[in-house]
Amino acid sequence: MANNDKKQMESSSKLLNWIDERFPYTETMRYHITEYYASKNFNIWYVFGVLAMVVLVIQLFTGIFLTMNYKPSAVDAFSSVEYIMRDVEWGWLIRYMHSTGASFFFIVVYLHMFRAMLYGSYKKPRELIWIIGMLILIVLMAEAFSGYLLPWGQMSYWGAQVIISIFGAIPLVGEALVEIIRGDYSISDVTLNRFFALHVIALPLALVALIFVHIVALHEVGSNNPDGIEIKEYKDQHGIPIDGVAFHPYHTSKDLVAIIIFLMIFSVVVFFAPDMGGYFLEYSNFEKANPMATPEHIVPSWYFTPFYALLRAVPDKLGGAILMVLAVILPLFLPWLDRAKVKSIRYRGWIYKMALSLFVLSFISLGVLGVLPAEGIYVLLARISALFYFAFFILMPYYTKIDKTKPVPDRVT
Amino acid sequence: MNNLKSPFYLTLVLLMLMTDIFAAAGKSLEKANNDPQDIESLQSGARNFMNYCSGCHSAEYVRYDVIVSDLGLTDEEVKQYLMFNTQQTFDTINASMPQTDAAGWFGQAPPDLSLMARAKGTDYIYSFLKNFYIDPSSPTGVDNLILAGTSMPNVLWELQGHQFIVEEDGVSHLELGVVGKMSEKEFDIFLRDTANFLEYLSEPIRNARRALGIKVLMFLAFFLMLSYLLKKEIWKDVK
Repeated sequence: MANNDKKQMESSSKLLNWIDERFPYTETMRYHITEYYASKNFNIWYVFGVLAMVVLVIQLFTGIFLTMNYKPSAVDAFSSVEYIMRDVEWGWLIRYMHSTGASFFFIVVYLHMFRAMLYGSYKKPRELIWIIGMLILIVLMAEAFSGYLLPWGQMSYWGAQVIISIFGAIPLVGEALVEIIRGDYSISDVTLNRFFALHVIALPLALVALIFVHIVALHEVGSNNPDGIEIKEYKDQHGIPIDGVAFHPYHTSKDLVAIIIFLMIFSVVVFFAPDMGGYFLEYSNFEKANPMATPEHIVPSWYFTPFYALLRAVPDKLGGAILMVLAVILPLFLPWLDRAKVKSIRYRGWIYKMALSLFVLSFISLGVLGVLPAEGIYVLLARISALFYFAFFILMPYYTKIDKTKPVPDRVT
Repeated sequence: MNNLKSPFYLTLVLLMLMTDIFAAAGKSLEKANNDPQDIESLQSGARNFMNYCSGCHSAEYVRYDVIVSDLGLTDEEVKQYLMFNTQQTFDTINASMPQTDAAGWFGQAPPDLSLMARAKGTDYIYSFLKNFYIDPSSPTGVDNLILAGTSMPNVLWELQGHQFIVEEDGVSHLELGVVGKMSEKEFDIFLRDTANFLEYLSEPIRNARRALGIKVLMFLAFFLMLSYLLKKEIWKDVK
């Protein structure tokens, strides 16, 4: 037996050598996995990156199987989704996983971004990781938006109608641009086909490429931690950060626990509340798109409602559109807007803590207001929330400079 | 973290206030109180649907054989009691009335009912079917409190009787003028079963999905325990 084991090991290392001479397999595994050191004091906020990867994989796999049965045409799209739900083996599960995955993608990405804001992960030397991350968010929004048209329900149709028409507010080229996006004078079969192409090929390709770059950039500078300390500054005699532990098996085993807890929450939605009270699957989307009948309330998916509320907070269409675009673009500049000397909220003063909580509140209340009709007190509340949302970014250079910070320890706590 | 708290509470109160205002704005529907796990109720609902709805309304995404297995019936029972216009159980539920004729007669073709319960909710269906009243000015002789100007005639008048609209102190309500075959209570059950069946039609997999969900969660819980022990074992050396 012992002899056999030895033989097997020899042959497997032979194979490895053969591969390593042609491809940097062992080197890559070491650099990114077994010898990538990240801080040992990661808390719950540090699981949302890997959870976003899990959701990405869920979306890619379920997406492939949905594509096998879905028909991107105005005549067949709606009934092909029902065919998937009723006649395709396990089709209902694949579809619910995909629709639930879309919402969970935004939940984990928003939390992932909030983590970066809590611990100053966007600050030097991680500015590029943050910028790539923001690009991922923008592509993800396009991916979600194009995917939402595909079931060809009432809300798919009218939601797309409203959002695409926003481009019409751009002076001079607006109307032409809207026609180029739709490929028609209204949302039609042509629009559905090109959105399908974007949703299943163009955008996922861009998304995967950007995520790859996001991780390469992360592994170049190393992960931040809840103390906002550079663990690379204290290394042992082997050149290993003293406060770091290897990604594998340490962080992978920790992430596995988080992934299973996540899958349990995910399963509760998929199996017991796939509509999520009309927020993950809108009720009016169970009616086939009808260009002749406008629904009473047109509301985009919940993850867009904070931006939708901004759009409606301004009486002028162009002004609202500019505000909405600004809201998405402004966070890109966080690394330079933030003048604080410390990264982590643990060592920041009360001003930043206040500012961040007001920002979160404004984002949530904008999200709620985006669902409600834009009338009466809601418009006023949306404007107040918008004020807080933008003040967080615009005033940041001032308040982060005057904010009293606490001394940062040398080693992680 | 103390200074985080007060704004959070403020929003919470604000959110509760908003949802309250929003909820009050909706039309008041009567509760169907149906239970999609009640097989007997679904069987009655299927009978009601096939006898009173499927003449005009299709359920084009539903096949008869799905009903056979989910409602605990045999092929023969379904063929004899539920299938009136087709021979094969793998056929979808189509309306007996040609849809083009229907569009001509009623102004629009009766909508497909496969997904009606998911789009509108069972409370809506229950309330809609219950609130027809005599209106001589309407071409069908009736109007509806829930959907004013509906082109649907009151096909259940024989069971319910005829209702008339009565106005008292500016508030209008319906009163039964001509008694039908069923008592009010019997008719309510009839409607509840029908709405229940429509909810079933809108997602036949519903009960199976919940049953599977429990198994999946149990598996994950077991797996969670193992992964936690693994994590603890691996991390025990990390100070």
